[in-house]
Amino acid sequence: MAILHAVPLRIGAASWLLPVRAAMVSLTGVGLLLLLVAVDLSVGDFPIPVADVVQTLLGGGDTGQRFIVMELRLPQTTVAVAVGAALGLAGALTQTLARNPLASPDILGVTEGAAFGAVMVIVASGASGYGGGLISGRLQELGLPLAAFAGAILTATLLYAFSWRRGLDVQRLVLAGIGLGAALSAGTSYLLVNARIQDAASAQLWLSGSLTARGWEHGRPVLLALAVLGPGALLLVRSLNAMLLGDDAARGLGVRLQLIQLGVLVTAVGLASVSVAAVGPLEFVAFVVPQVALRLTGGSRPPVLASMVAGAILVVVADLVTRAVLPFPLPAGIVTAAIGAPYLIWLLVRTNRRRTA
Amino acid sequence: MSTSISARPWAPPSVRRGSARVLALLVLALAAMALLSLALGSRAIPLGTVIDVLFRDDGSEAATIVHALRVPRTVLAVAVGIALGVAGALMQGHTRNPLADPGLLGVEAGASCAVVLAIYTLHIDSLAGYAWFALAGAGIAAAAVFAIGTTRGGPDPISLVLAGAAVSALLAAVTQAIVVRDAQTLDAYRFWVVGSTSGRSLSVFWEVLPFIALGLLLAAMSTPGLNLLQLGDDVAASLGLSPWRQKALGVAAVMLLTGAATAACGPVAFVGLVVPHLARRVGGVDYRWLVPYSGLLGGLLVTGADIVGRLVVKPAELQVGIVMALLGGPAFVLLVRRMRMVRI
Repeated sequence: MAILHAVPLRIGAASWLLPVRAAMVSLTGVGLLLLLVAVDLSVGDFPIPVADVVQTLLGGGDTGQRFIVMELRLPQTTVAVAVGAALGLAGALTQTLARNPLASPDILGVTEGAAFGAVMVIVASGASGYGGGLISGRLQELGLPLAAFAGAILTATLLYAFSWRRGLDVQRLVLAGIGLGAALSAGTSYLLVNARIQDAASAQLWLSGSLTARGWEHGRPVLLALAVLGPGALLLVRSLNAMLLGDDAARGLGVRLQLIQLGVLVTAVGLASVSVAAVGPLEFVAFVVPQVALRLTGGSRPPVLASMVAGAILVVVADLVTRAVLPFPLPAGIVTAAIGAPYLIWLLVRTNRRRTA
Repeated sequence: MSTSISARPWAPPSVRRGSARVLALLVLALAAMALLSLALGSRAIPLGTVIDVLFRDDGSEAATIVHALRVPRTVLAVAVGIALGVAGALMQGHTRNPLADPGLLGVEAGASCAVVLAIYTLHIDSLAGYAWFALAGAGIAAAAVFAIGTTRGGPDPISLVLAGAAVSALLAAVTQAIVVRDAQTLDAYRFWVVGSTSGRSLSVFWEVLPFIALGLLLAAMSTPGLNLLQLGDDVAASLGLSPWRQKALGVAAVMLLTGAATAACGPVAFVGLVVPHLARRVGGVDYRWLVPYSGLLGGLLVTGADIVGRLVVKPAELQVGIVMALLGGPAFVLLVRRMRMVRI
């Protein structure tokens, strides 16, 4: 079976490599994503037929349907799509930058920093619902995402400062990130071990990553980050291809390495931070999605666009499963892992068979 | 002699090399650290007394403290440190990935999942009971990872690591799903999962010793080939090595060592990942030195972290896993900042 991976496209002196297979995968993915979003908006305690959902989205539908679809369900689904795309993109960028399939934004300390900030707020505010802690009410509601975001950004900045020494060495960055992340997650464990059990339980819930009751106030920052950082990431693709060949080769090909590296890092950290602030750590998404997308498109590095689409699909499916399939509430982060992991396993088994057959 | 094949022929002559003298020094340091671990704690005992009562249990208070409390945890800390250090070096060597942590093979997640299931369904509440379940869970997870990540051409490290990550994520999802729904299980689990040497009796050590011993034996068998494997499977095979056999041995060793260590003390994060980097700084990139160095440094680090944990918040104590990462993390960052990167 011969599938064209890419064809060169020439107009005058300019030429691009058109990645045919990646484009096909992305397009199919977008179609699937639209379908899933429609289904996600239609199911729930008050089911609405998919056709009506589409009509409502286009401006039709009766008042009840409009209220349910636009006010109740659309915000949460939007958050799912945006967070999935952001994490997929952040993961693809980090894995390409580090040239390592094990790298994900977690390695830049983002998740651990956010978790430490959030758990600190949870423990300081007393068990949510019980109150009586240092922080309560409105401050707690606002403080949780803010603390998570601040923790993520602070950690990443600190990491960059630590690993900067006459230029940035990616391997140094990654190793320092692991050290910093380990210290922070030990801090989180310390808080959890010494907290009241109610606090530890609600912290655990946040740490699993949840989409429940997410509204526009959670979705807006993620959408904004995607709108600002997403197009920039697509511009970086050309340099990323060169960077795959190694730092020296990339420099030789005219890539302004420090600038591009900084750009990639800022994009990945920014996207991962707003995501983790909005829904908590959906850790597995940023790690698995680029690998799955890579195996679908068959390129030499995780594809940027296909990773975004695949990430959005995974998180929307997780939202669908938690709301409509499971008989009991379960944080979405658990579901993304429970779906993503078997899929990755299946892909591995299949590629291994094919390679040896 | 023909054994002087260097894995990095282009390395400058000033490159760090291992030596038997440093190895002996590390053994001595580990013994000294173990002795300190017997002496220090919320009630310090003079070193002379420690040595006295160690060989002659006179029934005094000091003897009881040393024999009932400090000997088991010291023995466990040393054993777990050695096991995780060796496992870390093997793991990074076989995957040729400096980020590979022995926990990546799904062993720790398997142990955690089994412990949570034991607490949740069978209401097991003793540390010795956890150990058996942790061993079983680690074994099952390792077998699954091995089955998924192995091609017909042998265990492929990248596939193994990805399979390990996938299986880990799946098992962690099960663990999380139970823990977020049942606060009682969480209450028992949160103390196990940080990794601690306290409250364990010597019987836990005897339980895991056969696994650690077998793991170390397999490690010793797979280490000499690691240098050649760094050149790639094809080169290694053309030089007369069987990559398949080497990797199967190495991966089995990593699984045994990590599984046994996790069963004994819970997941002690960070040791397996960091120790090989320290060892490389001491003894260069020759795996025949790197693996034993990593083992000894691992023992040294875990025992040291255990002592610190006992001293900082007297009379309570900080779990060894937490100390390890809280102190080790920043120290590692400083080290990384100062060192010339060793490319693997």
